[in-house]
Amino acid sequence: MQKKSVSRIVFEIINYCIMFLLTAVCLLPVIHVLALSFSSNTAAAAGLVKLLPVEFTTYSYQYVAGRKEFWNAVLRSLQRVGIGVPLSMLLTILIAYPLSKEADRFRFRTVYVWIFFFTMLFSGGLIPGYILIQNLKMMDSIWALILPIAVSVYNVVLMLNFFRGIPRELEEAAQIDGAGHLQTCFRIYVPCALPSIATISLFTFVGHWNSWFDGLLFSNFSQNYPLASYLQTVVVKRDMALIGAGDLQALQNISDRTVRCAQIFMGMLPVLVVYPFLQKYFVKGIVVGSVKG
Amino acid sequence: MKKKGYKRKYTAAMFRRELPLHFMILPGLALVLLFSYVPMGGLVMAFQDFIPSKGLFGDQKWCGLENFRFVFSLPGFNRALQNTIIIAFWKIVLGLLVPIVFALLLNEIRSVRVSKFVQTICYLPYFMSWVILGGILVDVLSTGGIVNQALNSLGLDSIFFLGDNRYFRTTAIWSDIWKNFGYGAIVYLAAILGIDTELYEAARIDGAGRWQQTWHVTLPGMRMIIVLMLVMSLGNVLNAGFDQIFNLYSPAVYESGDIIDTFVYRMGVIDAQYGPATAVGMFKSVVSTIFISVSYLLAYKFADYRIF
Repeated sequence: MQKKSVSRIVFEIINYCIMFLLTAVCLLPVIHVLALSFSSNTAAAAGLVKLLPVEFTTYSYQYVAGRKEFWNAVLRSLQRVGIGVPLSMLLTILIAYPLSKEADRFRFRTVYVWIFFFTMLFSGGLIPGYILIQNLKMMDSIWALILPIAVSVYNVVLMLNFFRGIPRELEEAAQIDGAGHLQTCFRIYVPCALPSIATISLFTFVGHWNSWFDGLLFSNFSQNYPLASYLQTVVVKRDMALIGAGDLQALQNISDRTVRCAQIFMGMLPVLVVYPFLQKYFVKGIVVGSVKG
Repeated sequence: MKKKGYKRKYTAAMFRRELPLHFMILPGLALVLLFSYVPMGGLVMAFQDFIPSKGLFGDQKWCGLENFRFVFSLPGFNRALQNTIIIAFWKIVLGLLVPIVFALLLNEIRSVRVSKFVQTICYLPYFMSWVILGGILVDVLSTGGIVNQALNSLGLDSIFFLGDNRYFRTTAIWSDIWKNFGYGAIVYLAAILGIDTELYEAARIDGAGRWQQTWHVTLPGMRMIIVLMLVMSLGNVLNAGFDQIFNLYSPAVYESGDIIDTFVYRMGVIDAQYGPATAVGMFKSVVSTIFISVSYLLAYKFADYRIF
């Protein structure tokens, strides 16, 4: 065992302090908001809440749980995730399989690659996309939140790289046994790439769950907002009409602030739940996907 | 790699064998054509006196470059352009430096459990939307929020981070770093892990201390990925981060915080000035495309980076 010099020990202490600080900066705001959400109206208003709830109460959560608008938005989000993620994954696999073939085994590969790649370089931007959804009569439809983002070229690239890692002998063996492309894809490639499919699914899930702007943009009526868009108007823009300021009885027991914090926490909960699974895979996934050069 | 004899003629049999591949791509291709390429065509709106009821490719009145002349003369546009470039510049610079330093420091932590814990916590903000983080920041940084309470208890005056033009840009830039630095460090950590340990051995034998090892072994080992990340981030010169700014700004800080994307949103969606707003969007798209293309080209030339 090598003896550590004094300067090394000093460095390590400082380094641990920096790491502690960074961790705190990432964690403490979340804990503070969580503590606020479980605190009483008066304690929150008086600024007594730091990292632990003061005058513990679940009233804010009860209030949020009693709001029809909130559950409406949750339902909308679940609908969007339930349809959007499987559809996205199916399309991603169906595009990635042909494009994972070399150009001599799929003649038009280069043409397709350029069509998809070009969308990573150039886009029509906000306004034409908005007018398009209006022209397609898709405003307020759940499909406006699903179809425009159903194909992520970035995910296609990730998937395609995983497919490339599968030995070609497997495919050749399957084809000798008489399997067509579709069978080879779903019987050989998909089972082999299951971990990466899980990773991309989780990323797609988080993307759908967090996506708020399209809900805002493509809905004329606020009852069609998914949860993220609902939270945007209620928590960030503080639109009191949506909270339903009507019942005065409730407003005496809760404050706008504690309810906001409860909603923030409920909004991030699903992401927190899938995060451990996500973390298991994403480190490997990103590295393979982004830096193969 | 490609031998001449390898290139066969395109026969009917090959067409039949490849036909299912075309069908597999078709659904995804159709969606991309509809939702990516049709809006690209929709950019003709920028040259029209656009009336929505006539439809995207309807019989609109053409007005040449009138929309561009109009928006470029607006003070709001120039302000938004300046803010965009300033915010994006610092996000690019700090977004590159902070994760690199973080990765280097984390690499010096010998305890695997501590290292894993720090990583787990620091990656987390990346996965939260700006609605959630914006909600948290609006509360934490408000005048009565916990940060200002702490400042006050230290005897300092309250700072209105999100409502004061002197502080808004700094707050936006650093909160963006806060969200992304952990996740951004992943590629650098991977690069550090990929460095041959024998190189460190050799450096030690040559009498190199820890700093010298970092300077002469670790950093050169990361050079490739650093250059790549720098080059790829060039495409963001006009991306100041719509999701973030939209959730943090207010009319009080338009002066320092309004960016092109929020400007386009207000002009196009709120005020329904479709033609001029599309002109601004097109300006951004074209400039961004030039930067992104150049960055891909550089990455391809110098780092042999290929997307597909």
